[in-house]
Amino acid sequence: MSLFAQLASLTVQAGNGAHHSDAQHAAQHAAQHAAQQAVNWSEHLPALQIALPLLAAPLCVLLRRARLAWGLAMLVSAGALAISLTLLGRVLALGEGGAISYHLGGWQPPWGIEYRIDALNAFVLVIVTGISTVVMAATPRSLESELPRERHYLYYAAYLLCMTGLAGITITGDAFNIFVFLEISSLSAYALISMGRTRRAVTSAYQYLVMGTIGGTFLLLGIGLLYMVTGTLNIADLSERLALVGANRTVLVALACIVAGVSIKLALFPLHVWLPNAYTYAPAVVTAFLAATATKVAYYVLVRFVFSVFGTPLAFDELHLDALLLPLAILAMFGASLVAIYQADVKRMLAWSSVAQIGYMVLGLALANESGLTGGLVHLFNHALMKSGLFLVMACFALRLGSTRLEDLAGVGHRMPLTFGAFVLGGLSLIGVPMTAGFVSKWYLVRGALEAGMWPLAAAILLSSLLAVAYIWRVVEVAWFREPATGDLRRAPLSILVPAWILLLGTLYFGLHTSFTVGTASAAARLLLGGTP
Amino acid sequence: MSTCPILGPFLSEGPGPALFLAILWPLAGALLVGLASRLPNLRDTLSFLTALSLFAFVVTIILPAGRGSGDVSHDILEVLPGLTLRLRLEPLGLLFALVASGLWIITSLYAVGYMRGHGEKHQTRFAICFALAIAGALGVAFAGNVFTLFVFYEAITISTYPLVTHAGTEQARRSGRLYLGILMGTSVAFLLLALAWTWHLAGTTEFTPGGILAGKASPAVLTALLALYAFGTGKAALMPFHRWLPAAMVAPTPVSALLHAVAVVKAGVFTVVKVIVYIFGLDLMHEIGGDQWLAWVAAFTMLSAACVALSKDNLKARLAYSTISQLAYIVFGAALATDHAVLGSALHIAMHAFGKITLFFCAGAILVATHKSKVSELAGLGRRMPFTFGAFTLGAFSIIGLPPLGGSWSKWYLALGTMDVGDAGDAGGSGRPLMLGVLLLSSLLAVGYLMPVIVTAFFGQAEEDKQHSGHGSHGNQSEGGLREAPLLCVLPPVVSALGCLALFYYADELVTILKGALLP
Amino acid sequence: MIEPGLYNYWLCVILMMTGLYVVMAKGNLVKKVIGLNLFQVSVIMLYVTMGKVEGGTAPIVVEGAPDTIYSNPLPHVLMLTAIVVGVATTALALSFVVRIHEDYGTIEEGDIAAMEEGR
Repeated sequence: MSLFAQLASLTVQAGNGAHHSDAQHAAQHAAQHAAQQAVNWSEHLPALQIALPLLAAPLCVLLRRARLAWGLAMLVSAGALAISLTLLGRVLALGEGGAISYHLGGWQPPWGIEYRIDALNAFVLVIVTGISTVVMAATPRSLESELPRERHYLYYAAYLLCMTGLAGITITGDAFNIFVFLEISSLSAYALISMGRTRRAVTSAYQYLVMGTIGGTFLLLGIGLLYMVTGTLNIADLSERLALVGANRTVLVALACIVAGVSIKLALFPLHVWLPNAYTYAPAVVTAFLAATATKVAYYVLVRFVFSVFGTPLAFDELHLDALLLPLAILAMFGASLVAIYQADVKRMLAWSSVAQIGYMVLGLALANESGLTGGLVHLFNHALMKSGLFLVMACFALRLGSTRLEDLAGVGHRMPLTFGAFVLGGLSLIGVPMTAGFVSKWYLVRGALEAGMWPLAAAILLSSLLAVAYIWRVVEVAWFREPATGDLRRAPLSILVPAWILLLGTLYFGLHTSFTVGTASAAARLLLGGTP
Repeated sequence: MSTCPILGPFLSEGPGPALFLAILWPLAGALLVGLASRLPNLRDTLSFLTALSLFAFVVTIILPAGRGSGDVSHDILEVLPGLTLRLRLEPLGLLFALVASGLWIITSLYAVGYMRGHGEKHQTRFAICFALAIAGALGVAFAGNVFTLFVFYEAITISTYPLVTHAGTEQARRSGRLYLGILMGTSVAFLLLALAWTWHLAGTTEFTPGGILAGKASPAVLTALLALYAFGTGKAALMPFHRWLPAAMVAPTPVSALLHAVAVVKAGVFTVVKVIVYIFGLDLMHEIGGDQWLAWVAAFTMLSAACVALSKDNLKARLAYSTISQLAYIVFGAALATDHAVLGSALHIAMHAFGKITLFFCAGAILVATHKSKVSELAGLGRRMPFTFGAFTLGAFSIIGLPPLGGSWSKWYLALGTMDVGDAGDAGGSGRPLMLGVLLLSSLLAVGYLMPVIVTAFFGQAEEDKQHSGHGSHGNQSEGGLREAPLLCVLPPVVSALGCLALFYYADELVTILKGALLP
Repeated sequence: MIEPGLYNYWLCVILMMTGLYVVMAKGNLVKKVIGLNLFQVSVIMLYVTMGKVEGGTAPIVVEGAPDTIYSNPLPHVLMLTAIVVGVATTALALSFVVRIHEDYGTIEEGDIAAMEEGR
């Protein structure tokens, strides 16, 4: 069950033709011995998704040279993206409700660890690896100004570990495995954050560590209680047995522990205090990476537990989770947006905006209908794109201006027009202007609220997006109308600017061509609401 | 259907794709203008040629298509399942497109004269954003469903923001904040909600003759929905969401002229008219009582804005409040929801456009020639600038509604509309004399705020003249001598004023086109 | 009220609350780490308790004794991983504390906050 066991079984059993789609199950078994000789790598993609970055991380440490380590990390990241895209393609080809089940080391699911990939986590995997790749491309140039070059290789190792953890949480079908990968990603994330330029980075990382560990331990506790009730850790198995057990006090406490634990990692409103500091003082690229992936994966975990493990009848009809999450989501949407308006540092403002956007996603979850959940999941994707794009823009500003404070951005609209243009584009998407990705997710959330018969909620969603207008436009006004400081300013380096534009043009593209995002998200939503995975 | 290569289908698929091409046209123009930014003469020629060719395109390709009987539509893209960016030609939109593209020609000429005469900076950005706003206006005109309309509506808001804040001063920044705050605020908070709600209730947002909402929800819900549409369309400047329009007057005059008298504000009232006619349907309006309360809200806006206009000394501010008042006529007519009233309000879109753009052109010409912007400073200028003030007089008479100028027709039909509202809806049949009274009172107020300008300009005595009278004439600034603005600033108002005159005689053409929309 | 079989669970809860209290109430960064450890240990104890089967022995298969009752080994195995995670977390936390001490010259939360305020 442990990571080490996984690794060992992975390497030993690589030849054991261990890929089983449900239908092929029996035939595979028979052919297992025959196939022993030829290793069919394409069947082991789910394991490679995790093993590749995990093995590359120590390799980065051995390489020691910044450029080499970066090259390796870039390569592995891109490889992971290719794998996850392939997996998504395969899952979608299986049709509605299809899933790939991979048995680690060839052990059968309820006993062994299963990697189970359906429309939902294939989608999340693409986001994690995709964002990771794009941000990695921007990393070396931005990191130069924040970390001594001779320590870069450590950064890349931690980065790859973090990606491993996030991808692992997403891909696994085993509840305890989620905890293990969560801790891998968290520990490396703490290390990444502490590499920031100021001493505040370390205190922020410490604060995050304390809260994150409490969150992780609560999750562990919840999983333990579930195991106590059902005697299994496999998610598919859990949901079946839990439905038989029904609602009792242990299940309620388990749900409470899991929701509380994940909410800390997710930075849901009253548990968000670590996030603004961590995002503000971390190196710019770390923020771009974590903002788009860490909270998103936590959201995925919440969705997975609430819908796949507990199921809608148990979580909503009997345990009334929506009565807790709806108010918190609304508080996040309004409260965090209001705080964002008064921030003096733009990076911090965007961090607060993230807290607000998490509110939208949780709102979609709490609505628990198809449109709402689709909205939440689409927003997961869209927000990942726009926020990491915006934080990369911040990286440009930090590099050229040496600061992301609002007053230092005066006149930057004229001095760095391309960078500023990217900011405006991302901002519009954040507001939810039509033809941008942000509009698509808001549209589904509003529809979800109306379908649930809660029109004041629909109005609240839209009103709160007006607050986004306020905090984005505050920046635009300063950057556009204030007299710039004197002195020459070079345009931002292309190696950061191009990734930023790729992400932000992505928000434009996915605002127009929504068949991929909405199609996958609504398929996932139907899957989740339809009961067991 | 869902995707469309840019040019391929335009040649083969009939007139439908031409609608899309008409929207892309100004965008292409904007691109060319941007490329020519270093050569001001080429840039301004390109800008003018784009406007000219666009109008020619609309007249030669789209107008005949609109007269034909077939359904002219084009799907650009299916953004979300069932939510398509769709263009569809119908008479109201055709009229709006003709007006917007036609007046753009004169405005682009005027803009050259004004911007150079006034020595404005960032002229390329100005021209680009202008073209983008026109593309947005055409998109609104041709929108085939509320979603498409909303998309282009927001596009207009964003593309006009740099125009409003063009000066880059503290005042411009504050006005820009108000502008964006109100327009985007109302549209996101109300209009988008109305859009989603409509979708939720009817399962579609297509503009359909006779409306799509009848019987879909209780009168209370539909009333709320109507309120969301009416107030969510901030560009229609219905009180209390009108403050952005006076604020936008900080923009250079060509912007105030074309955008804040024609394209932007008309996009707003056009939205309201279109929603009432094609989403609610006239019958439903009577059923839910929208013909009462919305008409009164409009009537209130009409009168109170006119009163504010009386008190403004700044000419552009006075014109802005006059615009608010006149826009309310259009909402008023649509809200009454009778054939005559809707016809009147649709006509008023065109009539007011010509009248008000003339007035703004004149205000800009005065500013360029004399750097004066207050009504009280205009004394005697009428004799110095006879062409400018001649045009101003014609425009003002058209706004007031005096024959033989275009504005008289729209007011005539609106008045008719108030009288037959009882026949269509209530049991009575006496019409609504009180509403007719409001219309007349508002016209009187228009006389009150426009005539003083003319009277002061022609018959007042200028300060300089008073000084000169003792000393006799000297220099080239002799008494009674002409001191007009540059030709490019004077010609446009004269042309548009003549347009007001022409519209009186050719109104019949428009009425025929529009009747097709109202009597399906 | 307290059944003998639930004794361990009560202990877990007490330990957990103590840990949480220390994390929240103490300003000293090292003490916070200690509290965090207590908190984690309580969960580890919970798991281990869970695995206990009445009358069970260590789960080693002995030839010729087919009816032997074994304790559940799985929770123990899981906790091996959790302990590793705990150790790693503690190490990282302490290394942060060392660096904070280098930068600020103190490990009292209040002092650090005051220094940042006063800047």
